[in-house]
Amino acid sequence: MNRVGIIGYGITPFTKKDHSTESALLESTRRLFVENPEIMPKEIDAVLVSTNSNTKYLSPILSEMTGVSPKISHTVESLCSSGTNTIVSAYSYIASGLADLVLVAGADRYDSPGQVLEWDNSRGQYKHPVFWASIFSKAYKRRFSVSNEQLAIVPVKNHKQAKDNPNALSEKICTVEDVINSKKITKDLRLLECSRPCTGSASIVLGSEDMVKRLAHSPVWITGIGQKTTSAGFTKNIPSNFMESTKIAGRMSLEMSNKHAKNIDVAEIHDAFSVCEPMALEALGFSADGKGMHTIQELHETDNFKINPRGGLIGAGHPLGATGIAQTIEVTQQLQSNAGNRQVDDPKVGLVHNMSAAATSSTVLVLET
Amino acid sequence: MSFEARLSEGKFCIPECTQCKKTVWPPSEFCNHCFGDVQLREGDFEGKVIEFSQQKEGYFCLVEFESIRIMAGISQCPKLGQTVRMSKCGIINASYSFWVV
Ligand SMILES: [Zn+2]
Repeated sequence: MNRVGIIGYGITPFTKKDHSTESALLESTRRLFVENPEIMPKEIDAVLVSTNSNTKYLSPILSEMTGVSPKISHTVESLCSSGTNTIVSAYSYIASGLADLVLVAGADRYDSPGQVLEWDNSRGQYKHPVFWASIFSKAYKRRFSVSNEQLAIVPVKNHKQAKDNPNALSEKICTVEDVINSKKITKDLRLLECSRPCTGSASIVLGSEDMVKRLAHSPVWITGIGQKTTSAGFTKNIPSNFMESTKIAGRMSLEMSNKHAKNIDVAEIHDAFSVCEPMALEALGFSADGKGMHTIQELHETDNFKINPRGGLIGAGHPLGATGIAQTIEVTQQLQSNAGNRQVDDPKVGLVHNMSAAATSSTVLVLET
Repeated sequence: MSFEARLSEGKFCIPECTQCKKTVWPPSEFCNHCFGDVQLREGDFEGKVIEFSQQKEGYFCLVEFESIRIMAGISQCPKLGQTVRMSKCGIINASYSFWVV
């Protein structure tokens, strides 16, 4: 299998603006090509678009608008983890030899149809994600005797970290009291504990080993991939182990890269809602069961940006199809020591955790310099 | 009749496979264990509350009927493990809706 690395990236600010999906997609791709003049559009042989938008034929559209005439071009959709799924598709094309240089571009709007999975009728009249999040939160607090105030540290930390991310939707820091006093979505979920839909786009170019050696200034390699789908419907989840797919995908990715959770220096975690961060840290082996909040509190108190340096989904915003790609860009920047005020101290190994629909499916990537 | 046709009449049935007898959930035209045909079992099923939360004045819960788990509304604050029955169900705006007592 050929090695696969990251050559360049481009990203737009995440906003509440009314751009079309196409225009957001074009903007991050334009930035990618402008900031990486050594990547020639003519050399790209696959263009993959990550989106939940209903717009058709986006890959050929993006190709035409950026002067690429690829062999392979199509869309990848898998709700909130469309981004990393698209990266895995690109990886596979390169590893198999079907392509050598792949453009992956993700975008969604604040009103993307990917926010609610209409199919999942077993949730009855409670289809919006805030309801599964409330059940997760209630069950987690009950099982491990965690308080609302403790969980509120997740948004406090992630909004603080987002302040150093110029592309983040969040512009202000908040306190535990602000979180607790923010709008009560349900008894177990406050507004500031939710990632917010927004408009944004992120693009990345992946290449074969030869391409990476020729074009990348500071190569970052994808050395581990783990993916697992346990179901599509929320209620098929095992209540005592809501993040089973994350646990399995995490283990697979670490095995493939021959790493242990303790070797990971920086990670982007899918904090769609505050409770997801401690749950994911536990599922990925960063914290013992029920101890995720201890880890998060310690990181917050010591201003250690190891987990979700760009502010996570809660701080950065969540333009569905762009999220997994933006997470991957952040970990790449961190490994390149190019993350500005968010820079974690000399990281060598990074991890991306991206999931969909109440963790019914997860993708985990391990990245190394 | 399909699960949805019965549900739209306000009747909650348990879909099961005519061949392997396993419960088929989410409802489907064939069994997701053996691809056998599906029949509906009617009854006054007992469910168990697995978890719950509250939105404004209303409560909602994750309930298990045999091996089927659904989200349902409940008028009073439930207890974990509490036994409940379907009090009202149907299809509203193309979405299922469930209420238990
Ligand atoms: Zn069967």
